[in-house]
Amino acid sequence: MWFDILPSFWEGTKITIELTLFSAVIAFFLAFAAGFGRLSKFRAVRLLAATYVEIFRGTSLFVQLFWIYFALPLFGIMLPKMVAGVLALSLNAGAYGSEIVRSTIISVPKGQTEAAIALNMTPWQRTRLVILPQALVMMLPAFGNLIIELLKGTALVSLITLSDLTFVATVLNSSIMRPTEIFSVLLIIYFVISLPFTKGIQWIEHRLSAGRY
Amino acid sequence: MWNWEYAFKILPEILTALKITVSATFVAFAVALVVGLMLTLARRSNFKPLSLFAGGFVGFVRSTPLLVQLYFIFYVLPEYGLSLTPFVAGVIGLGLHYSTYLAEVYRGGIESIPPGQWEAAKALNFSTLNTWKKIILPQSIPPVIPVMGNYLITMFKETPILSAITLVEIMQTAKMLGSHSFRYLEAFTIVGVLFLVLSYSSSLMVRRLEVRLNLR
Repeated sequence: MWFDILPSFWEGTKITIELTLFSAVIAFFLAFAAGFGRLSKFRAVRLLAATYVEIFRGTSLFVQLFWIYFALPLFGIMLPKMVAGVLALSLNAGAYGSEIVRSTIISVPKGQTEAAIALNMTPWQRTRLVILPQALVMMLPAFGNLIIELLKGTALVSLITLSDLTFVATVLNSSIMRPTEIFSVLLIIYFVISLPFTKGIQWIEHRLSAGRY
Repeated sequence: MWNWEYAFKILPEILTALKITVSATFVAFAVALVVGLMLTLARRSNFKPLSLFAGGFVGFVRSTPLLVQLYFIFYVLPEYGLSLTPFVAGVIGLGLHYSTYLAEVYRGGIESIPPGQWEAAKALNFSTLNTWKKIILPQSIPPVIPVMGNYLITMFKETPILSAITLVEIMQTAKMLGSHSFRYLEAFTIVGVLFLVLSYSSSLMVRRLEVRLNLR
């Protein structure tokens, strides 16, 4: 039995990992755009960024995915499954990520900005050379957790029949009817994919706390 | 495109289904609160196998998708003679998943108690049970209530996943309405707006609660 099902699990795993990586990259950019947008001095930009964040944090990924895949076509926008999946996942994760960006940037002590101003740095130099290097380090563990949430979120694309890991498992289950084996293996595969991220976060947190106490 | 007449026609049916969504949220939250506390206590236990099991359980549940956990509960348990209705399977799955998040919340609350409180309880000859019941928990839970409120909102937003195991909540109702009429736009938009309005207004309430707790 295992010889028959493992290859299809492997195909599904590839789709799941692709989805996670593509969405993570786009979400990363969205997170910075929206995070900085919310700290902008222009009211319109702040409002726009806040609207984006509140809409995508106020509803669940499930609703967003279904809306993008089933409701958008009525406006004449028909997206392939993969694009709809990546779009929903990255917009959702980007909204959560923007809160990480915003909160870590605020948490850089005010004296740092003041010192940079006193040293006659331009706003761009201030951000690039003083604020970001300190904020980025603090963001890392939170972004790691976000990637795990993203990986877990990819399971939902199976419901719009994109053939990811979970979809492959449900199809196999309906043909060979061995739920115990199939769903146990499925859970274990997700756990294994997430392991490098969990371990990475632990390592970074350990490194960051070294010498702090 | 958008058809108001149709939207108003389906609105009552969607609002009726909201009842199932809300009751699933609260039952699952109750499960998460109880199991979360048990997990936190188990992790602090001196009995190594118990704390290792709790730690492993939290790690595993937190890094696997809720959807797959729901499938597991709904399709695997019947193999062993334990058939659950979609509602029961759904609240167990959602509750167990978020219990691992709430375990962290409890832990944060407990770890913020100054060591002096433990020492004083010991000096006053409190039993372990009384130390927890009278000293530690009454001080560690109130500060984390806003965080718990946020998890309640998160769980509310996640209930549409239960439609995957055929629970007829708000999202499943929208799906059925959509497939009857081949118009998904109105149904899904109404669901989205309902979630947005309810979760955003409750998160504002939690923020106010947070401010009030901080003032004290």
